Amino acid sequence: MDNVVNPIVKFEDISYKYTKDLVLEHVSLEIPRGAFLAIVGPNGSGKSTLLKLLLGLFKLQKGKIEIFGEDIRRFKDWQKVGFVSQKANSFNSGFPATVFEVVQSGLTKKIGLFKFAGKEDKQKVKKALESVDMLEYQNRNIGELSGGQQQRVFIARSLVSEPELMILDEPTVGVDSKNVHQFYEMLEMLNKKLGITLILVTHDVGTVTDKVTHVACLNKKLHFHGDACEYNELDEGELSSIYGHGVQFLNHDH
Amino acid sequence: MISGILQFEFLQNAFLTGIIIGAIAPLVGVFVVVRRMSMISDALSHVALAGIAFSLLLQKSFLSLAGLNPLYIGMAFSVGGSLFIEKLRGVYKHYQELAIPIIMSGGMGLSVIFISIADGFNTDLYGYLFGSVSAVSRADLYVILAVGLVVALMLTLLYKELFLLSFDEEHAKASGIPYKAIHFIFIVMVALVIAASMKIIGILLVSSLMTLPVAASLRFAKGFKQMIGYSVLFGEVSVIGGLFLSYNLDLAPGGTIVIIAVLILILSILFDKWKNR
Repeated sequence: MDNVVNPIVKFEDISYKYTKDLVLEHVSLEIPRGAFLAIVGPNGSGKSTLLKLLLGLFKLQKGKIEIFGEDIRRFKDWQKVGFVSQKANSFNSGFPATVFEVVQSGLTKKIGLFKFAGKEDKQKVKKALESVDMLEYQNRNIGELSGGQQQRVFIARSLVSEPELMILDEPTVGVDSKNVHQFYEMLEMLNKKLGITLILVTHDVGTVTDKVTHVACLNKKLHFHGDACEYNELDEGELSSIYGHGVQFLNHDH
Repeated sequence: MISGILQFEFLQNAFLTGIIIGAIAPLVGVFVVVRRMSMISDALSHVALAGIAFSLLLQKSFLSLAGLNPLYIGMAFSVGGSLFIEKLRGVYKHYQELAIPIIMSGGMGLSVIFISIADGFNTDLYGYLFGSVSAVSRADLYVILAVGLVVALMLTLLYKELFLLSFDEEHAKASGIPYKAIHFIFIVMVALVIAASMKIIGILLVSSLMTLPVAASLRFAKGFKQMIGYSVLFGEVSVIGGLFLSYNLDLAPGGTIVIIAVLILILSILFDKWKNR
């Protein structure tokens, strides 16, 4: 995975700390265009911090991030980047917005300041809802939907601005296990059919490794980065060293 | 009453001002409520009271300032207070709600000092506290109309950004919109609406016109735009009905407006319960 030609995202020697202790130590990672990368690791391993640095939500302390070949500090083209957070878990279900309104809000940056959504934008919203199979819910209030349906709506909100890169921070938190598998199938379809590069932070290691193309194991340092097949071949001892404690393999029913 | 409105300029001023604030207070209030900032309007109204008290003190102390309109100083204090709140929210990042009681008590403290120095005021201050039908001059009406137009224009132009910021602040930040500037403009709009509303509804009750109509429409609105529509409708019914009662029963309009808004809220809760039986 080293020396990827023209990577869509490039982390170079990233270190970060909130107080005294480093949560990220010398992390370097290149993500090729068209990849579906899962970043896995235990709690507190710095996965979400890495994503927030990539989204520009945290300021870089050490190292360099390039996105679409440009330094993150100068990057302005944010409509190329979609973001889906752990919304189903933290979402205010009482917020009085329809599914259509929520998805349309994904076009805010693209439409631009002091401008209004036109007919074409509304068509894009419908198309995005259609691609996640949620068009029939467009006039429902977002709070009336299940966790899995809400997360589909948030995917549509990211899709509507036609991003080339989509970043997902534990999107299946709060989604019932029955729908998690379907959710990852939908992500696989977005990656394969629409060619969107996906970076996914997740705990569902067992479920995603047969869907993603690449895996990165993070526990403050980057312990592994390679093809999903290579990851699946790691033995118990190697995984234990990544996670910092014993790892037990459990069989999934899906 | 209709003949009264046609006949007396003070009634025309009161009703036209009422129609303006009946629309803009709930309009701003929708964003205030969904962003869970309801207490900010209370804090800013107390700061506006300090501005009014200061203005009345100046009028009493300097004859040359007798013609000074307290509305301007009230607005200046309210906007100043909003900037202080933002500064304090930055200082206490993990306890952002602390900014509200700090500013509220600071505003109240200043008001008490100004009132004490002036050795009490006449009925003017009572009108500012609880609202008055007769206190709105033609000059006030023009100022409030200008504020109303600016607020409505800004909220319309920044609607999609404010919606995104209200619904999902993290996503708004990640999407690259100038969220700090938009939030700043919004807070200034809140401060202006509070200052503009106080002559009719009174400083102590101004926050209710921002929150009660919104709370009522939250019970059954389908979508955000519909909630704005219902909130403005309930705001207008409360203000016009409240002014009508105030004039006919000789009561302070702040009280009658708020009581109608509370009744609408109770009805909407009952309606929602009946609908979901």
